[in-house]
Amino acid sequence: MRRAEADRKPAISPLHDPRWRSVAYQAVLCVIILALFYGAIDNAAQNLQKARIAYGFDFWNHPAGFEISQTLIDYSTASTYGRAFWVGLLNTLLVASLGIVFATIIGFVVGIARLSRNVLVARLAGSYVEIVRNLPLLLQLLFWYNAVLKALPEVADSLVFPGGTLLNNRGLFLPQPIAGESLSLVPLTFVVGLLGAIAFRHWAKRRQESTGRQAPVASVALVLIVGLPLVVFLLSGMPVDFAYPEMGRFNIRGGIEVLPEFMALLFGLSIYTAAFIAEAVRAGIQAVSHGQTEAAYSLGLRPGQTLRRVVIPQAMRVIVPPLTNQYLNLTKNSSLAVAIGYPDLVQIFAGTVLNQTGQAVEVIAITMAVYLAISLVTSLLMNLYNARITLVER
Amino acid sequence: MNTPPATQAAYVRQTPVAQLPPPASQSGIVGWLRANVFSSVLNVVLTLLSLGLIALVVPPLLDFMIIDATWTGNDREACLASAERPVAGACWPFIWERLAYFTYGFYPVAQRWRVDVFFVLLAVGIVWLLAPRAKARLWGALYFFVVMPLLSYILLLGWPRYGLPYVPTTLWGGMLVTVVVSAIGIVFSLPIGVVLALGRRSKMPLVRLFSVIFIEFVRGVPLITVLFMASVMLPLFVPDAWTPDKLLRALIGVALFASAYMAEVVRAGLQAVPRGQYEGAMAIGLSYRQMMALVILPQALRTTIPNIVNSYIALFKDTTLVFIVGIFDFLRTIEAARVDPKWATPVTSTTGYVFAGMVYFFFCYLMSRYAHDMERRLATDHRRRRKRGRR
Repeated sequence: MRRAEADRKPAISPLHDPRWRSVAYQAVLCVIILALFYGAIDNAAQNLQKARIAYGFDFWNHPAGFEISQTLIDYSTASTYGRAFWVGLLNTLLVASLGIVFATIIGFVVGIARLSRNVLVARLAGSYVEIVRNLPLLLQLLFWYNAVLKALPEVADSLVFPGGTLLNNRGLFLPQPIAGESLSLVPLTFVVGLLGAIAFRHWAKRRQESTGRQAPVASVALVLIVGLPLVVFLLSGMPVDFAYPEMGRFNIRGGIEVLPEFMALLFGLSIYTAAFIAEAVRAGIQAVSHGQTEAAYSLGLRPGQTLRRVVIPQAMRVIVPPLTNQYLNLTKNSSLAVAIGYPDLVQIFAGTVLNQTGQAVEVIAITMAVYLAISLVTSLLMNLYNARITLVER
Repeated sequence: MNTPPATQAAYVRQTPVAQLPPPASQSGIVGWLRANVFSSVLNVVLTLLSLGLIALVVPPLLDFMIIDATWTGNDREACLASAERPVAGACWPFIWERLAYFTYGFYPVAQRWRVDVFFVLLAVGIVWLLAPRAKARLWGALYFFVVMPLLSYILLLGWPRYGLPYVPTTLWGGMLVTVVVSAIGIVFSLPIGVVLALGRRSKMPLVRLFSVIFIEFVRGVPLITVLFMASVMLPLFVPDAWTPDKLLRALIGVALFASAYMAEVVRAGLQAVPRGQYEGAMAIGLSYRQMMALVILPQALRTTIPNIVNSYIALFKDTTLVFIVGIFDFLRTIEAARVDPKWATPVTSTTGYVFAGMVYFFFCYLMSRYAHDMERRLATDHRRRRKRGRR
């Protein structure tokens, strides 16, 4: 009897009941957001009608009619806007992936250098990080493009590097390798070597687990993966020819042309992002307490083993999340290409295509969707990786 | 067996020997060098490499900025290389002459005092909020987030009835625009960011959903696309009569963008507040609003001050992107001035960029130093705890 009385909830007016309140708040929020969306769409429809702008995605298949200075796939002025989109996307991915490679290399070197016991090296790396991080990326890009690459000599006075590479204010001209007939053997042996290395590692691991004897996995793998293809390459008589760029009167013929816009963007992005990666690397290494190193030494591990087996695996757990973040930032920052005229996704699509078609809503939506997709896929992979390496505590 | 005690024996010293100084190779500059710079073969190589790098970078930079630089002159002739001066360095008179343009853009000369007053108002607000020993910080916040924006709005745009002529935003430029964009970013992103962060941690599923969608959407796309969206799509979404001017559109874009990043910074701060604080506040019967305003947010925001400042450094650097949607910020005025025929020389571009770099570096470095100091100040109790643990 008593318990039933206590169980009965006191009567609360719905005005003060937290549950009703929460429902009401959410309903109000929904109404406001829906109203905003409705208003925006209604206005957009009216404004588009007034300006006689088409809507929908029909423009995708219309001829684009403009030229693009760097195309990785076939493209001409007769190609469609859709084709131009793919050209831009590939250009973005090209500069982003190369930028990631360079930024990672510079970033790790600088980050480790900052922790060096050599004061000079540490200070030098520190100044690099401080200077680069405190200058806007756009300023750095403009500097590389306008003050450095555009100030290079004219075509006729190109700088000539050993190996037939030319550098002038129109860009960098590299010799173009032309594959001979038997070159296909090299990638084949590479694959064979790779499989062999994996098999050897598997065998070595099982033997170590059962007998405790170690095998030189690293050097065997190196021989199999790098040495084997190299031997095949040399034995088959180096079946690669180079088409060297030749200086014409006004322009350069042949070879691979690297646009100055591309170089400026690649330099700028790599150098800028490397400073942030260096900080992430430093923080990650410092996060591994010194006790871990001491414990490893007292177990009898050599310094190299300590680094490989104890410090790096723990540091990577701290480094990888911010590292991924920096990779994403680099990819997003590659959209600054528009300022120096490198034909990336934003410059081609949100720039030229938008100006020609006037279909702002569709074009911007597609552009944003691409970056969003890249971000979401990356964070998905990141979460999977994190779940794999998270320490399982008792 | 009557030997004197050892202390009186002639061969026992009565006073301690004076300590010898450490060997010369272990102390002083030589010892320091041996320990830090030349301790191993690898280290020697690294040291030499670093010295080489310094020699490669520093002397040419000094040559360009000071030794070969031109300090006076009226036009490009002064900055050109000539027979008696084969190498021309930085062209500083170009900067002196254009300094007003870099600061105010095309803001009418007679009205420029208004911009100066705005800079002072902003500086007062920043010092009030951020100085470690500032008094009445709550009033400071009121000033910074309400009074100052209103005053600045009237001051910069004008109020013809009271003798302040109207100055359209198309005439604004240079540092003024950079400061306005970053100030707006700060003033709006913090409150919106706090609301979004609270929304993301809310128990109401729809509120959480909308907050997450907004934050993740904005953080997933580049600022340029947000600015493009603001400048191209916004006019479509509002009735014709309301179409915001170009600067306002960019400001909206920047404020939205900064809010999403601020939300994540604030959320990290909220998560760092121990659960006991929430439970304690609920136990003494505070409502949600009281709990947040009086207990949680003051602690959360205090610990996130360094991170907030760090995200403003990023915002300050990102303001340069408004350049791309055609607004004359500081960097854009440099771009415009460097191709001006009056000053066009081979060194003008580099001079302009070096100057812009020094200005941006000055502000960003100042902010990062502040964030760093604040972090150490706030970390005091943390440090104590670690020390105790080690003992």
